[in-house]
Order: sequence, then structure tokens, then C-alpha cells
Amino acid sequence: MVWTGLTALLSHWRRRPVQLAMLLLGLSLATALWSAVQAINGEARASYDRAAAILGQDRLAQLVREDGARMDQQVFVRLRRAGWLVSPVIEGEMRFGDVRLRVLGIDPLTLPPQAQQVNVAVGDELLPFITAPGVLYAAPETATRLTEQATPPVRVAEGLPPGTVLTDIGQAQVLLGAKDKISRLLLWPDQPIGRAPLKVTAPGLTLRQPSETGDLARLTDSFHLNLTAFGFLAFAVGLFIVHSAIGLAFEQRRQVFRTLRALGLPARVLVLLLIAELLIFALLAGLVGVALGYVVASALLPDVAATLRGLYGADVPGTLSIRPAVWAAGLAIAVIGTLVAAAQSLWRLWHLPLLAAAQPRAWARASERALRAQGVAAMVLLLTAAGIAQFGSGLEAGFALLAALLLGAALALPLVLTGILQLGGRLVRGPLAEWFWADTRQQLPGLSLALMALLLALAANVGVSTMVSSFRLTFTGWLDQRLAAELYVTARTEAEATAIHDWLAQRSDAVLPIWSVEGRVAGQPAAIYGVADHATYRDNWPILSAVPEVWDRIAAGDGALINEQLARRQELGLGDQITLPGGWRASIVGVYSDYGNPIGQVIIGIDTLVQHYPDVSRLRYAIRIAPGKAEALAAGLRAQFGLPAQNVIDQAGIKVFSLKVFERTFRVTAALNVLTLGVAGLAMFASLMTLSGMRLPQLAPVWAMGLTRRHLAWLELSRGLLLAALTMLAAVPVGIALAFVLLAVVNVEAFGWRLPMHLFPGDWARLAALALLAAGLAAAAPAWRLARLSPSDLLKVFAHER
Amino acid sequence: MLLRLHQIDKFYPTGEGPLHVLNGIDLSLEAGKSLALTGESGSGKSTLLHLVAGLDSPDAGEIHLGGTNIVGLNDTALAALRRATVGLVFQQFNLIPSLDVAANLAFQARLAGRPDPAWLKVLAKRLGLAQVLTRYPEQLSAGQQQRVAIGRTLAARPRLVLADEPTGNLDEATGDAVLDLMLSLVAETGAALLMVTHSNRLANRLNARVHLHAGRLV
Amino acid sequence: MSVRALLIYMCLAAAPAFGQGFAGLGTEADGFSVPQPGTAFNFPADHGPHPGYRIEWWYLTANLQAADGADYGVQWTLFRSALAPVERSGWSSPQLWMGHAGLTTQTHQFVAERSARGGIGQAGVTAAPFAAWIDNWQMAGRALPEADALSALDLRAAGRAFSYELALDAKGPLVPQGVQGYSVKSEKGQASYYYSQPFYHVTGTLTLPAGAIAVTGQAWLDHEWSSQPLAEDQTGWDWFSLHFDSGEKMMGFRLRDGGAGFTSATWIKADGRPQPQAPGALRVTPLETAAVAGRSVPIRWRVQLPEKGVDVTIRTLNPEAWMDTRFPYWEGPIRFEGTHAGRGYLEMTGYE
Ligand SMILES: Nc1ncnc2c1ncn2[C@@H]1O[C@H](COP(=O)(O)OP(=O)(O)O)[C@@H](O)[C@H]1O
Ligand SMILES: [Mg+2]
Repeated sequence: MVWTGLTALLSHWRRRPVQLAMLLLGLSLATALWSAVQAINGEARASYDRAAAILGQDRLAQLVREDGARMDQQVFVRLRRAGWLVSPVIEGEMRFGDVRLRVLGIDPLTLPPQAQQVNVAVGDELLPFITAPGVLYAAPETATRLTEQATPPVRVAEGLPPGTVLTDIGQAQVLLGAKDKISRLLLWPDQPIGRAPLKVTAPGLTLRQPSETGDLARLTDSFHLNLTAFGFLAFAVGLFIVHSAIGLAFEQRRQVFRTLRALGLPARVLVLLLIAELLIFALLAGLVGVALGYVVASALLPDVAATLRGLYGADVPGTLSIRPAVWAAGLAIAVIGTLVAAAQSLWRLWHLPLLAAAQPRAWARASERALRAQGVAAMVLLLTAAGIAQFGSGLEAGFALLAALLLGAALALPLVLTGILQLGGRLVRGPLAEWFWADTRQQLPGLSLALMALLLALAANVGVSTMVSSFRLTFTGWLDQRLAAELYVTARTEAEATAIHDWLAQRSDAVLPIWSVEGRVAGQPAAIYGVADHATYRDNWPILSAVPEVWDRIAAGDGALINEQLARRQELGLGDQITLPGGWRASIVGVYSDYGNPIGQVIIGIDTLVQHYPDVSRLRYAIRIAPGKAEALAAGLRAQFGLPAQNVIDQAGIKVFSLKVFERTFRVTAALNVLTLGVAGLAMFASLMTLSGMRLPQLAPVWAMGLTRRHLAWLELSRGLLLAALTMLAAVPVGIALAFVLLAVVNVEAFGWRLPMHLFPGDWARLAALALLAAGLAAAAPAWRLARLSPSDLLKVFAHER
Repeated sequence: MLLRLHQIDKFYPTGEGPLHVLNGIDLSLEAGKSLALTGESGSGKSTLLHLVAGLDSPDAGEIHLGGTNIVGLNDTALAALRRATVGLVFQQFNLIPSLDVAANLAFQARLAGRPDPAWLKVLAKRLGLAQVLTRYPEQLSAGQQQRVAIGRTLAARPRLVLADEPTGNLDEATGDAVLDLMLSLVAETGAALLMVTHSNRLANRLNARVHLHAGRLV
Repeated sequence: MSVRALLIYMCLAAAPAFGQGFAGLGTEADGFSVPQPGTAFNFPADHGPHPGYRIEWWYLTANLQAADGADYGVQWTLFRSALAPVERSGWSSPQLWMGHAGLTTQTHQFVAERSARGGIGQAGVTAAPFAAWIDNWQMAGRALPEADALSALDLRAAGRAFSYELALDAKGPLVPQGVQGYSVKSEKGQASYYYSQPFYHVTGTLTLPAGAIAVTGQAWLDHEWSSQPLAEDQTGWDWFSLHFDSGEKMMGFRLRDGGAGFTSATWIKADGRPQPQAPGALRVTPLETAAVAGRSVPIRWRVQLPEKGVDVTIRTLNPEAWMDTRFPYWEGPIRFEGTHAGRGYLEMTGYE
């Protein structure tokens, strides 16, 4: 019985391969986009974890200076001699040729076993490791990048995060120019008894507990949340396809269900059989989806990796590894998605009266009540969105706001469209036009899911493109202000820097130091820059708010400028005091915009910088010169000091580079957007395709009354286009609201900066064209089928036996 | 002669080879006259009616309607013919679900370019639909629906009304009432009527009758 | 005699950070100095490190008793091994240091180990005043200027659950091993510089999880340096240091090589004069084994030196005196009875 039942149920799909294909396609696409995002996030997170786990920082407590500055190596010896089992680490950024890397120096003899993920300096590698020129251990990818550069010998070590080299602490001190300095101390988990108190032995050090997530994971959180949100959106849009395919399949099999029930198959067994059938499909489509997801992910990953490097300095490999977790999650989400999409149909089936008359169009004819309920839900969601916007805070609230806004708008769409179509029907004259509008309205319930999907995709597109374009506009303007100097030069040694400075003194209008130290400000990583008192800054710096005579205050050494993200995150304002590395305090005299920088930044006078941080590295300068002479000066500079090309960069070069990073940052979002739009188009196609089968009874009378099939087909096509156009119209305000939330809430929370919104109607027109094209394509096939339908198929509608 | 069929043949392709549904049918109908077409189920009555309406085309023979042979006309011409010259009443009513009763009634007349509000009003009244003009088809009883279908057809004042078991879906009392209405209204408009029925009782109420059996008229 | 060279050799070879520095030991001492016969010790300088030699250690074992008569054993060892025969200051020093500390009670064995690099001050040895240290473990001299630098020492070490702090005072002279401190190790001529101070009286405190315990007893220090390894076929050894109640001392060992093995011994008179014994004069016979750390280890021995009329039965204070370091071995206090009675230390390596 059960077997017979299953065969009877499955035979449906054999007769309707297109429907089956739609179901599987929708499900696999939804799973694919979701999995792609998961795979990308997984890869990135794994590499943050690797970075966070390196040297066991995820499991070992550490001793650090409160202000993040380096400490004297003697602290290490003093602690050891006081009984503390600690191991010194020095770290810093440095450049080998044009490759910038994080250098980690360790002492292999005292390194805790928990910190030895990477087997370095084993056996006879120890002597070369600890004696000059030392050995650099690097991940294969990083090692490859270094092959062209002049470095100490490089050895490959799997398991190191990309962009990081591991070397002996002594060699690292030499490379980083930090003789006898260390950055932090790793604490062995088991300490001997009878140690001297920490406060006495190493005053000024604080204990930092092991942290599962490094700074990187925290900084990039918002970026990944962003991707996840888009993955979820794409998945939700895909589910619309699944929902309508399943709904139709259930409706069309009502007769079969009834027969099976009448033959004695219990409702419970029937439902279980259908669930089994759905699970088979879900798993099948899930597998295909995850595989497809990997394809999408590996296409997107290089851009994501570039973004993360450019924006956060996070190194993520450009290649994917296959993660079981992604497969499991992909299959799970496919199954869950299918069951959610099928829940309504299953519930109806459970309550199917055994002998009720067939209502072929029942599922499509949403009752007034359902529409009203949907309207109420939409209202509630939109009000919730307004409430969150008013009172919520935090990134999660930002995304909750987005979700409520989008879902509310989607639910409101059928209601809005009904209204518009009603109005349209009243405004037009002529029997065909009236019928067209009335009939379009009649079609709405069957298409509303697909249209909601389309709305989501379009609104997301409008929103994101508005956000990106606004950002781009602001960013380019900001770059012009920020990059006022004509040339930027980086010396390789301090001596060379001095020589360059002297050489330039006669040949340029101004040579402005760009010196900085790194440390922690208000508990967060930050960079402190010193600036000279010069018109370059007075005239150009992108100040958001400042006290009067701000540059005088900076030059006088009694004030500090901070960037917007630091101000927002720490809720700092003009006049507030901040404690800077080394423990001295400064008052905030201004806040400036600093886009694209994940960490806090403080600007003080150059003299103040040198006074508080005498060993600041003095290698970089900005050069002011008449723009026409810049190129010649750059060439002269390179020739005079034999500087590599990338050590002398002109303004345009940096701008090009910055904009490139910017564009790559949003390429992923754009790609996901286009894919989502594609899925929505497919949802529309699926719905129109399934509806077209049920359309005949409604079309045949009109045909009989004197319309050609061709004419009807055109009308059907126009109907699809009209609905798409109306949905696009509805999507614009939703998208603008979305952009507003992204710019004013999510960006502020995620990156720490707020951007003005600019509207780009040209983009909308392009998108509308794209949407119409998608809808046109989706509607073309059913319309084409109608135009080519044989009369006898239409005549069947009139057959008495129907 | 309003309608003349000459040697009509019609085949349907089926699994067991072509099915010869109509075999050399000859038939004619004068303007203003009515003709009943009887025959058992499956004998090809509807097929014949569809051919006359220009909804399908025969495999051989000629159909002269108002002097023109409609066999071989293109889609557009056939559509124009259906619009302006013939009116169809089906057993299944086949109203347009998205339009209300008033719009349904007026639909074909407007399509044919012959809107006549006064006549529509008369029709609605005569058909007893004046109270339900703003309702939608699914809110009507079967008898009401069929009266709308009849009204819709007659509103356009076609020269030939084709009815396919118009009362087949109604109980006998309702069916008789609806048929009475239809017959009198058709008579009033001066249209010719070709009506398919398998009821002798109903067939007898028309001017003439033919019987279809095994693809031939007897 | 330098059986413990093998210990360090294997110990360091097994330790990932150290290993390969000693792979070259099989070949001649590339650049490292080699002990020469007839070289007189130069104290106090020779108490300090000899960076030109590949390996060196300061190895102290103590037999201690509490007021209640309970026996304890303490071990304190500082190994030096050089990756290159030079000393440099700073991180690039090729001198590596390793410390082992052990404390044995009748029921427990406490073990700790440390490693460090020379050149930065974390570990090292200075000759005068004498100090040997790694982290906060140290063996610091407090001898009067005119006395031998090793004649009075303060010793301490600490692990996760134990620590000890002992004062050592030598009641006898330094004892050169071999021929005036030139100790030949094999027929092939490998040798080391080697002297001992076996005459320490000890007082001090042991800190155990249960609390502090005041102890007294005697201790034995070895200082040895060399550049050459032992033979390849030797699989392990059994080493004994015996304090006879009569005041005499004896050091003896057996090298196991799959065959009959090779034994050697030194008899030390109560006044400190050494009497090296001929190879094979010492006979050692395991009497009983026990399962320790998954291996079968002898815990009762018969030790005979007919030349001196010695025939004693040795038993361990705690059969579980397992040094669970990177290269594990057995090292713990013993008592013996028979023709002579006394206490001492036993070291066993290479039992699988
Ligand atoms: N499109 C078609 N394809 C094949 N056979 C058809 C088709 N339409 C009708 N038939 C067959 O042609 C015969 C005549 O049908 P029909 O004209 O509907 O008969 P009636 O109206 O007299 O009951 C029947 O046997 C029917 O099954
Ligand atoms: Mg029929």
C-alpha cells in the first residue's frame, strides 16, 4: 500500500519534468547562494582562527602592556628568574620589497607546547633558525609571494596564517628594528609554586586572558554579517520558487491524494510519504546546491580576500578548502527550507476533507481574509522596523531593522499591487483593457510570492547600489582631501630617510613626515600619527567637527584629532580626554573622517609624537611640490637613492589603488545582488509556467469570443511586464529606505562612519530595464506556448466532461 | 442561406489511429431559423459546433457563413468572425471570472464594436439579472450564470447563435426556464440558432432537428 | 666515566628543539674541543662553563631524611649543550641550557624541566662566585673566598606542586674521576673531563602539597664536560652512587649493549682519595622488576665489588621514581644492605 502510494505520488513528477526541474533548480540555487556565502565566511573565519590560534593565543593567557606598546626584553628574563613560565613574542609589520607581512618572532626554547601548532626549528633547523640571517617560516602561499623578494631563507610551514612569517625572536628584533624589545609574553598554563608576585616583578604589565577570537575576527564581523544577510536573502528568494512549485504539485495531486485516502491510506502515512518525497528532493538539490555553492564561492573568494586584505589587513587565502561543516549546513538548510516551504501545503493536506469537491484554483485564490491578514502582518513588521530605527542600537539591531523592513515591504506588496491594479482598471477604457487589468489583479495571488521575491531582489539592488554609489561619491571626494600631497616616499632605513629628507629640502616645497606608532587607545588597536604644522593639513584635512584654531592646538602639542570611527565607538567628543600609549593624556580637539580604516587613529603634532615616542620609525614622508614637477622629482628620487618603484608613489597612484580596493570591496555584494535577481527572475518564471497551465479556462472564453491566440499571448507577456514594472516601482522606495538603513545604521555600527545619501535614478532605470528583461524572459515561454497552442487544447476547456 | 456545410470531414488523431468524427456532413440553416443537433454522447456534436464557430477547422469540406467560406481563413479573420457574427453558449457557461456580471454581459458586444446600453438593460431585466450586475460569476447560481452567458452572447446581436447543451448543467425546471428565455430572445433578435442537445423534448421545440450518428447526419 | 653523556645525548636528540645539534656527535667534533689527557683542572675557572665543548652538566643528587625518619631524594641537574663551539651574547647564542629537577618520596615522584637559551641571562653558569641557574632554579655558591667555590652551595628548584631549598656543605675534597680528571669512556678512546664532590652534608626544606618538611642528609655533585658520544650499540645503562655508612663512597655503572655489557666503578675512600677499579670488576644483577610507566624496570639489585668485599642488595625507595621529562628515565634514591649498608642514588635508562 505504502509502496503503491509512493509510486502513485512520484509518477506525478514523471509527467511534469519541468515542474520537477523548477523545484530542484530553485532549491539548489537557494542552497548554492547560501552555501557560497557560508563557504566564503568559513574560509575567512578559519583563517582568522588560525591567526588567532597562532602561538596558542586562543588558549594561552598573555602578559601585555596596557597601551599595546613593546616592552623591554629584560622583563622576560626577570619574570623567568622570578619563577614565571613565560615565553617572549615580538610582532610587527614589515615590508619585503612590495610584500607586506606580519613578522612573528618566537623563542623556540620557551614556547609553550600549546603554542607549537607549527613545527619549526626542528632538529638541525635550530642553529640556522637562531643565528643570522635566520630563517622565515611561511605558509606555502606566502612563501610563493616572497620568492621574488630579498629575504632571509624561507621555509614552508603548513598551518601558518597567510601573510605571516614566523622567525626567531632575535632575528625578528633585527628585522623590525626593535633591538631587545618584545611585544608580549605567552604564559604557560601550569606555573610552578613560589613565584614572586607579578606586580613586583613586572609592574605595568596586565594579564590578557586567552581569546577565541582575535581582533581580526571582531573587526571583520560586520563584513561577514553583511555577506550572511545577503546569503540569507538569496536563500529566502529561492525558497519562493520552492514554495510555489510544491504548492502546485500538491494542488495538482489532490485527486491522487483523495483516491489514496479513499483506498484506505491513513492521512498520517500520506503526509509521511510526502515528507519522505520532499526529503529526497531536498537532499538531492542540497548536494547539487552545495557543489554549486563552492563554484560560486571560489569565483567570489579572490575578491573577498582582496577586500579583507585591503580593508582590514586580514589575510585570507584565495583558494577554498572543502569544509564538512559547509556540506552539513548546506544540506540542513536545504531540508529545513523545503519543509518550511512545504509546511502550508502539508498542513492543508492534513486537513483535507476526504470527500470535498475539487477546487482547482483554490490555492491561487487568496481569500480577502488572507490578504488582510498579510496586510496586518506587513503593518506590524513595518512598525517594528520604525521602532528599531528609533530605539535600537548595535549591528544586530541594524540587521533586524533591515529584515523587518524588507519582509514588511514584501508582505505589503500584494496589497499595494491590488490597489494599483484596481485603480488602473478603473482608469482604462475598452473591454480588452478592462479585462486585462481585472484579470491581472485576478492573477495576483498566484504570482504574489514570485513578485515578493522580485521585490526583495530589486529593493536589495536599489538599496545596495545607492549605498555603494553614495559611498563612492563621498570616498572619492574624501580621497582628494586626504591625499593632498603630490608624492609619498618610504625610506628603507632611518639613515636613508634622513638623507632623503635633506635631499628633498632644496628640491620641494615641503617635506612632511608621516610617522606613526601603534598601540591601544581606549582598549582598541589604534595608530597615532604625528603631523607637521603645514597648510597641507590646515587647508585639506577632512575635518568633521573641530574646536576653533584646531591646527594651532595640535601644533602647540595640547590636542589630538581622532578619526570618526574611534569617536563613534568610544562615544568620544570634542573636549574629552583620551589616554595614549605611554600613559599620557590629550584632549580631543577635532574629529575627521577616515573611510576604509578599520582601526582607530589619533593625530597629534609631530613634535609631540617624537617627544612621547622617541623611537618611532621615521621612514615615510609626504612631499609637496608643484604638480607638474612631481613626476620628475619622483624619478630623481628613485635614481638618487636607488629606491624601488613602490617606495615613491604619486598621489594618482595611491588614489587608483584606493579606488581599486573600494571597487573590489563591493564587487561581491554586486555579484550576490545579480545572482539574487536571477533567482527572483527564475521564481517568476516558475510561477508563470505553473500558472499558465491553469490559465486556459480563463483565457478560452475570451478566445472563443474573438481574440486570436497570438493576441492573448501578447497580453499575457504584457501582464508579466506590467507586474514587474509595478514591483520595480514599489522597490524603489523600499530600496531607498534600505540604503538609508545601510548608510545611517549598519555602516555606523559596522565600520564606524556615517555617510550622506545620494540618489542615482540612472541606476534605477538600468535596474528597471534589467527587471523588465528578466520578467519578459520569464513570461516569454508561457506566452510563446500559448501562441502555439492547438485549438483542440483550448477546446478541451469547453468539453462537457470537464 | 445563412449557414451551409458541405461535405465536412473531421479526424482526431488518437492512440489507435485517426478517429473519423465527422464524415461528409452536409447541413444548412436559414437566417432566423433554429435547428437542433442531437446525437449520443461522443457522436461529434460539439466538434461540429466548434467548426461552425471557427474555433477549429475541418479536414475537408466547406463551411459557408453569411456567404463566405470560412474554411482556410487565417486566425485573425476567424477571430473577427467569432467576434462579430457568431455567439456561443456553452454547457459550462465559461464566464470571465475576473469581470463582474455587468462587464461580462457587455464584454462581447463591446468587443464586437456594437455596444448598446439600452439593449443591455433590456436583456438584464428580461434575464432577471438586474439585481446581480455588480456580482462576480462565482457568486451566482448555475442558472444565473447561464443566463449571463446567454445575455453576453445576445448583447452583441450575432446573426448566428451556437449553443452546446446550454441547459445540460442545470436542473430541469431551471433549464426549461432558461431555454424559454433564450429561445424567445433569439427569436426577438432575428438570429439563427444551432443548438446541440440530447434531449428530444428540447429538440422538438426548435424549427428543425438533425441527428448525428457515427459521424453522419441521419 | 660518563654514562650520563648518553643520557643527555638521547635526551636532547628526542627533544625537538635540541635534537639535531647532536646528530653531528657521531662524527669527529667539528670545531669543538676534545679532552686531552694530562690537563690539570684550573679551579675555580673549571667550575664554570666550557662553551668550546659540546656537552656539559652539573648534576646533583641528595639522599635526605626528615625528623620522622622518612627518606627523600632530590635531583638537580643543569645541562649545557652547544650548537656551535662559541658563546655569543644575545638571542643568537648557540649555547642551549636544560634543567631537570626531581623530588622523590616513598609514594610520590615530582618532576620538572626547563630549557633556555644562553646569551640573554635566562640560564648560565659563572665560576666565581659560583652560580648555576635556569629560570629561578639555582645552585649558588656561598663558600668563603679561600675555600673551593663548590664547598658551600644553596640549591633550589620549583615545579608545579613542589619546591625545595637546600644548603649544602662539603665535608671532603673534590674528587677527580679517571686519571686526574681525564675519564676515558671506551676502548676507542672517547673521554671527558670529570670531577665530583660526593661529600656534601645537607640541610633544608622540601615543600610538598601537604606542607613544608625540614630535612637533613648527604649529596653528591658531578661536573663533567666533553664533546664525544658513547658507542652506538649501547642501549642504556644502570648507574649507582653509594654513600656507605662507613663514610666511603662508590660510583659504578653498567652499560648495556645487547651482549654481556660493560661495568666500571670507582672506590672513594673516606678521605676523598679515588681508587678506579678495573673494567668488569663490578658485578650488578637485577633481582626483581616492576612495571613503571608501562615498562619493566629493575627495582632490586645485587651489587658486588669483590675487590673491596662489597656484596649488597639494593632496593629503591620508590619504584615509581620516573623522570617523565621529554626523554624519560628512572632516577631515584636507594638503600642497600649486605656486607655494607647505606644510601645512594640509582639511574636507569633505556628500559622499554
Ligand atoms: N481534441 C480531441 N482529440 C481527440 N479526440 C477528441 C478530441 N475532442 C473530441 N474527441 C473525440 O471525438 C469524439 C466526438 O467528441 P465530441 O464532439 O465532444 O462529442 P459530443 O459533443 O457529441 O459528445 C469523441 O469520441 C471524443 O472523445
Ligand atoms: Mg459535446
